[in-house]
Order: sequence, then C-alpha cells, then structure tokens
Amino acid sequence: MLKTDSLFKTLCLAAAALTALLTLGFFVQLILSSMPVWRESGLHFLISCEWDPAEQKFGALPSIAGTLITTFIAVILAVPLAFAAALFITDARPAIGTVLGHAIDLLAAIPSVIYGMFGLFVLAPVMQDHVQPFLIGTLKLNHVPLLGRLLGSETSGFGLLTAGLILSIMILPYICAIMRDVFIMTPPVLKESAFGIGCTRWETAKDIIVPFGIRSILGGIFLGIGRALGETMAVLFVIGNVMKFPENLFSGATTIAGTIANNFAEADGMQKSALFALGLILLFMSFCIQVISQSYLKMTSSGRGEKK
Amino acid sequence: MFANPKRRIKIETRNLNFFYGTHQALFDNRLAVEENSIMAVIGPSGCGKSTHLRIYNRIFELYRDQRAEGEVLLDGKNILDKDVDVLELRRKVGMIFQKPTPFPMSVFDNVAYPLRLHFKISKKETAERVEQALKGASLWDEVKDKLKSSGLALSGGQQQRLCIARAIAAEPEVLLMDEPTSAIDPVATLKIEELMVELKRKFTIVIVTHNMQQAARISDSTAFFYKGSIIESGDTDQIFTNPRNPKTEEYITGRFG
Repeated sequence: MLKTDSLFKTLCLAAAALTALLTLGFFVQLILSSMPVWRESGLHFLISCEWDPAEQKFGALPSIAGTLITTFIAVILAVPLAFAAALFITDARPAIGTVLGHAIDLLAAIPSVIYGMFGLFVLAPVMQDHVQPFLIGTLKLNHVPLLGRLLGSETSGFGLLTAGLILSIMILPYICAIMRDVFIMTPPVLKESAFGIGCTRWETAKDIIVPFGIRSILGGIFLGIGRALGETMAVLFVIGNVMKFPENLFSGATTIAGTIANNFAEADGMQKSALFALGLILLFMSFCIQVISQSYLKMTSSGRGEKK
Repeated sequence: MFANPKRRIKIETRNLNFFYGTHQALFDNRLAVEENSIMAVIGPSGCGKSTHLRIYNRIFELYRDQRAEGEVLLDGKNILDKDVDVLELRRKVGMIFQKPTPFPMSVFDNVAYPLRLHFKISKKETAERVEQALKGASLWDEVKDKLKSSGLALSGGQQQRLCIARAIAAEPEVLLMDEPTSAIDPVATLKIEELMVELKRKFTIVIVTHNMQQAARISDSTAFFYKGSIIESGDTDQIFTNPRNPKTEEYITGRFG
C-alpha cells in the first residue's frame, strides 16, 4: 500500500517536473535559436522596420506593432460587448438566456480558419465597400485632425481594423462566458443591498458586481488578450500581410504570428533565427500580460475589499 | 388599534396579498406601523415575515413571477402604484439584511456610496456625512483609523453596523431589518439592539426577528405572522403578556415554531 502510494507520488512529481521543463525548454530553445539575430543587430532588431531576406536584414517592429494594435482593437470592441451581453443573459428569462448563452458559446467552437474565410469573403468586402467609405465619405471623419490620420484614404478592406474585428468576435465568447459566471456567482443578497439603497441595474453592475468579480473578469479579458496575441490563421486571411509599419487603421499590416507563418517555409540561416526571435517576443508578451495582470490584482485587492 | 394613539401612522398596509408565481404567500395583510417606533415582525419560519418586509421597498420586483396586490401606504401614498419612483422609494426605505453585505470597497466608500448616488454634494460634505453616519451607527470610534481599509476586513458585527451606517447615510425615513442579528454574536447583537433603540428617534424601524426576547426588549409594537396571515398585531407589552389569540400565545410561549 505504502509502496504504491509513494510510487504515485513520484509519478505526480515527474509529471509536474515535465510540465515545468517543457515551459523552460520553450524559452531556452527560442533564446538559443534567436541568438544569431540578437548578436547581429542587437536591440535594433526590435525597432527596425526592414524585412529583406536577400539583404539579410530583419526587423520586428511592423510585426510587433501589428500584433499590439490588432489585439488592442479586439479587446476594446469585445469587452463592452461581452459585458453587456453577459449582463443581459444573466438577467433574461431562463429560456432566452440559455439560448443566447449557447449561441455565444458556439462562437468559441468555430475553427479559426472559418473565421479567416468569413473575414476574407464577407467582412473585408463590407469594410472596403461600406464601412470605410461611410466613415470617410459620409461622416467626413478624415477631416478630423487625429482621427483622419488614423483612417487614411486608401480603401482595400484588408488591414488592421478588419483583423481586429475578426479577433474581437473570436475572443468575445471567452470573455462573455467568464463575465456570465461572475454575474451569476454574485451573491443575490449583495445585489439586493445595492438595489436596496436605490441603485439602478447599471449602477449595481458597474459599482458592485464588477468590483466583486474583478479578479475573474480580468482573468477573462487576459485570456482573450492571450488568444488575440497568438491568433494566426484568421488574421493571415484579412490583415494584408504587408511587412511595413502600418500608417493607419486600414493599412495592410502583419502580426508576429502572421510573419512566422508566412515565412517559416523558406526560412533558413539568419531569417530562421529572426523568426525564432519573433517567437520569443510573442512569448515574452504573453508572459508580461500574466505578470501585469497578477500584480495589478495584488495592488488593488485591498481597495476592493479582499482579505490579504 | 394601538395603545398610543398620539403617534402618526408611517406605514399602513391594506388587503395586501403576495404571490410567488401562482403560489399565494401572503393573505390580506393589514398592519399599521407608527412613526418613530420599532415594529417587530415575529412568527415561525416560512410564515411570510420576510416576504411582507420585502414589499415595503419593492425589492421583490427584482425577481420574475413575484407579485404584490393591495396597498402599502407610506405617508398615505401607495408605494405599489406604477408612478412611484422606485429608486427614491428605496432611498427613503433602507434595508438591512440577515447577513452583513458590505460592498467590495473601503469602509469610507461603503458609506459614501449612497451619498454620491443620491446627493450632489462636495467631497468635504461627503466626508462629514460619512462621519455622521458612522457615528450614528456607533461605529466611528472603531473604524476612524481604518476608513481606507476594506469593508470586508471588519468583524461580522462591525460589518452589520457598517451596513446600517450605509443605510442611514441615504437619509431614509424607514429602516427595514430582516433578522439583522441572526448571524452575529451576542455581544455584537446587544450593541445593535442598543443602536436600534437610538435610531428610532429618527427613523421608523420594522424588524423581522426569530428572537422573542429581542422582540420583547426593543420593539414598541409586534405583529405575529402565521401561514401568510397576520394573526395578531398590537402593543408589544400586550402581545407578550396578554395575547388575544391562542395561536399567538402558543408561539410566544414556545409551544411551536
């Protein structure tokens, strides 16, 4: 009995160690394989916009910028939508709530290549023929100083905004599902006491339910960010894959994941090392997201009322 | 109806019926609560005490299929009328729950929250009124040095007094208390009872309680609920010493319930 139990313990230890080793292994491999690029161009790799395999010149800035901007757009669009949807679903009649909830959950089950196709054949033409002409032609937003710069004038339908839109739909179900859980888990008596002092539904949600469940809500948002950062296939279809620093929201651009997927087949030597360096940057970004979210939660926990 | 006819009636319910879906939970409730008094609502579990209380601030409306019929007159105005501003009603009729429900924010913000919600006042005045409310709830001395720490870090009894401070900060006229001391230790309970007697000078208090001694100690009048009906209501002394209905006597002497 004791013997098998200690064997079980050893097995568990081995499994835990293996998992930790795998994570470490990824980091080590990425660092080792990207060394040539760091040695060649150092930190200049991070701020260079060039990508010229013939000249053996590589820069990561367009990919980094594309990744951050598309992710930013996706989160900005998805969070309010997920919040409102989750709030409605929790509050709706059970029949309606369940159907809507499942519908949103199903968004997560759609393979990313289908999102890509949808983006390519449906969303991009709509953006090109309707959305951008409407923003520029009808609303004349391009004459507004800062906004106009963001919108640009070329119309292609493929670019940062389209990719951001697709990503926002993709991360919506994750964020929404977690927010729904939080809203359901909030003790009824806490909600009642908020309503009891004369709060509206909106005030109760924003001042009581959100602070109460902020940990999980942020967790959901960061899950979404993590997914948006690394999403490859859907973005490849709609971002235009242009290795340039984007000029505006409608410019063709690229992301880290996109650059790697587009170039790995013919890559060797320095280019391969550059791709590994990009991979390292992406991993580092995800890592930072984790660290930032954790430290934010620690920083604000006392104000929110959690016991330390 | 009551021993002291000089007091004004603050809340009067007439023909009040309540339904959970098709199930009727209250039957023709008739009750009068005098201003600046404490009304104790007693009765066995599931007899409709809390249900009755939860009509006074229309909190039951948060749930589908719950429905009240009849009249609840607050200063003569039926609060069940459609044109009643529910948010203003809930400011006027504060509620304290069985378990303390501090909001996930600091001690100060817990009390300042209803102030910011209902009144447009300066930061300075907010701070003054928070202090007043905390003093009013006999909590100021215990928390004045930790106003910025979390409301959840206080003890159970302190949390409940924080909730009372939060409720009285909104300058209500009526305080509803749904078994406010049932989750709290005896010493803290005594503090809250003393506080309630203090508070009735300013507010009208309706308290649901399972504790007979508590009802006898602090209340001016008592209503005995049984199976959704008010069997007897009147002066607390009379109810406890000379109940008119045999059912009431059986309950307060502990023969059932």
